Amino acid sequence: MTSSQLATRPAPRDRTVALLGGEATDANLRRYLHGIPGIDAVGLEQRAADLGSRSIKTTSKKWALDTIIGLIDLTTLEGADTRGKIRSLVGKAITPDAGDPSCPRVAAVCVYGDMVPHAVEALGSLHSAGTDSGINVAAVATAFPSGRSSLAVKLADTADAVAAGADEIDMVIDRGAFLSGHYGLVFDEIVAVKDACKRPDGSHAHLKVILETGELNTYDNVRRASWLAILAGGDFIKTSTGKVAPAATLPVTLSMLEVVRDWHRLTGEKIGVKPAGGIRTSKDAIKYLVTVAETVGEEWLQPHLFRFGASSLLNDVLLQRQKMTTGHYSGPDYVTID
Amino acid sequence: MNFLDYAPAPESQAILNLRSDYGLFIDGDFVAGRGTPFQTINPATEKRIAMIANANEADVDAAVAAARRAYTGVWSRLSGSDRGKYLFRIARLVQERARELAVAESLDNGKPIKESRDVDVPLVAAWFFYYAGWADKLDHAGLGPNPASLGVAAQVIPWNFPLLMLAWKIAPALAAGNTVVLKPAETTSLTAMLFAEILQQADLPAGVVNIITGAGDTGQALVNHPDVNKVAFTGSTAVGRAIARSVAGTDKKLTLELGGKAANIVFDDAPIDQAIEGIVNGIFFNQGHVCCAGSRLLVQESIHDEVIDRLKDRLSTLRLGDPLDKNTDIGAINSADQLRRITELTAIGEQEGAERWSADCAIPENGFWFAPTIFTNVSTSHRIARDEIFGPVLSVLTFRTPAEAIAKANNTPYGLSAGIWTDKGSRILAVADKLRAGVIWANTFNRFDPASPFGGYKESGYGREGGRPGLAAYLKPAPSRPRPAVSAAAASKTPAARKKAAK
Repeated sequence: MTSSQLATRPAPRDRTVALLGGEATDANLRRYLHGIPGIDAVGLEQRAADLGSRSIKTTSKKWALDTIIGLIDLTTLEGADTRGKIRSLVGKAITPDAGDPSCPRVAAVCVYGDMVPHAVEALGSLHSAGTDSGINVAAVATAFPSGRSSLAVKLADTADAVAAGADEIDMVIDRGAFLSGHYGLVFDEIVAVKDACKRPDGSHAHLKVILETGELNTYDNVRRASWLAILAGGDFIKTSTGKVAPAATLPVTLSMLEVVRDWHRLTGEKIGVKPAGGIRTSKDAIKYLVTVAETVGEEWLQPHLFRFGASSLLNDVLLQRQKMTTGHYSGPDYVTID
Repeated sequence: MNFLDYAPAPESQAILNLRSDYGLFIDGDFVAGRGTPFQTINPATEKRIAMIANANEADVDAAVAAARRAYTGVWSRLSGSDRGKYLFRIARLVQERARELAVAESLDNGKPIKESRDVDVPLVAAWFFYYAGWADKLDHAGLGPNPASLGVAAQVIPWNFPLLMLAWKIAPALAAGNTVVLKPAETTSLTAMLFAEILQQADLPAGVVNIITGAGDTGQALVNHPDVNKVAFTGSTAVGRAIARSVAGTDKKLTLELGGKAANIVFDDAPIDQAIEGIVNGIFFNQGHVCCAGSRLLVQESIHDEVIDRLKDRLSTLRLGDPLDKNTDIGAINSADQLRRITELTAIGEQEGAERWSADCAIPENGFWFAPTIFTNVSTSHRIARDEIFGPVLSVLTFRTPAEAIAKANNTPYGLSAGIWTDKGSRILAVADKLRAGVIWANTFNRFDPASPFGGYKESGYGREGGRPGLAAYLKPAPSRPRPAVSAAAASKTPAARKKAAK
């Protein structure tokens, strides 16, 4: 989403009050979120399996592979991350395939907040820094991955990363509060974090809201959490931290895409979706592209509306890409480690 | 590039090894028919696939005679476990040749390869596996100990699921100990002939299954043959009626699985996205050539507009075209005749004042095609709400209360299937209880399993296929013997006698 689009979005709290017909309290949110039609798990999984059985070949596959690369948030989120590791990751983001300069670049690198300065430095002039070209820096924040700290710490975490040059903030929701029905608390926290994403010039870092669907247990919960995150002003809804199993699955992502589609019907606004964790092969990633295109439309296959949170996926896509160019499979030593 | 215009992904026909002519399969061999052969065409291109033999009365006679010989000479003397072994072998061969069968089915019938590959052929194997397991357990079929087979079964099947209907008919018949003469539909004989090759591969004793091809008169000669003990028919209600008439007064047992005009009832609390999928699957699966298709959508008034909007969006993503392309959702209509009938009935729908909407999809130049179509503003008296269209055409009606939904759903001469969509479990049970239909799906549609009986109420036929009732349809209770005068000594012997019989 460009900054001009962001500026035209109405304030989340005002709109939510209008939709709910009252303040964003636990009770009002509960009435609204529980009034949304439910999900039949068997049917949802069946539909996801059907979409996964599309056969994407030749020219379509070539396009899909290049598109996937351009949608990747190349990620490292380890306690052992160092400045050197980040430089290496950024190098890979800029030149995914050392042997093929025509290979597209990834959308963003995704790192812990304290690594943002290193990523910005390593990207240099290739850092998008609010423009529509170049590579974004995304930072996880708000006591990622558990989200267990005070609001003040979460907001400081966010503001810190934004000040260091992060273009995107990946926050986690308070799953404990969500599961115990304190929807108002979750809502307020997202609104506050969104506010902390504000830069001095009035623009925002894009906010991705991680639902951690692996802890939400039911598809109905995933759907409600998606609505809640969008109501509260999230620019993107994201499945997982990657630290909890199961992470992204096709049915979960499908259910989130359906919310995004319905929100678009309702308001005309376009919200992004980011499945993260567990997507390791080109074959899997192509299933997601099909699901996006057939659920919300092909327009969503752009970096401002869809991302893959992944690390090992990139190399598998590169191997497939090389295979399509040369006609034979190479091996893991023909792609670089980051 | 436009990603959604997926590049062609056709399944290769190289796996097929078709002959240019197919004979009749009688007494374990392919023999020439005595009628005039006819061609079977690919409905997607109208090109000839092969010539098919035409069985006349003499051929029918020969087939029934072969089945009788095999019945008295071999099959009725085999133990249940030995019959089971043949059925297991057939099931495994179907799995081994699954891809070939799927390609042949899509080629001959026009259905999308993803359906023949993922639904038809796997179910065919499942049916044989399921009834293979029953072959040595007939004591538990519900007819008391030692039920007896009937003899020679005459089976006539339709063109919508050629191979699957063959499996529904042959598997229980053989498990129960009968021999079979089967006639596939005129437009879809191909996979039945491949199946005959599988029977040869399985070394099934000659004459146990005979497959004769031809048109309606061949079928008529078969069901009217005096040496047939059982008639099983799946097809139109009109033909079913004629068969019932001709079988009346004979001692032939009869099961009929006929037409339908199923109601798919969507309540306002339904899981909406899955309900949309279910509606699509209910009526556009297999181009709507499904006797249990959910051809009448009954949607609660309060969500009518939303459902229709979403449905139209969804239908716009369906891909119509080459049945062999792995991404095709809607294949070809099976025949020019069927296309004519669909076109005629939809024209009547418009004349009667219903509002027509068809998905905007390119129709190939050759072959028989019909774009997915929905009619709104349909009232119960319209013909498109009464007649079975047997095509990709959905008639939408509304209701306000559950009672009204039930009344409208039951207001049809048919009663094969129905669907209920709601998040409320108690409502599913309450409504299902009042629907007069043989199969009721809740929050799903068009799901089949060999263990689940299938069949209709009213003009949808009688008898059940699948599960234990499907087996019992090919059995009769053990013939009663004159009871010896019971003495204390004789009574004490009974357990031993029973044990012997069970062997």
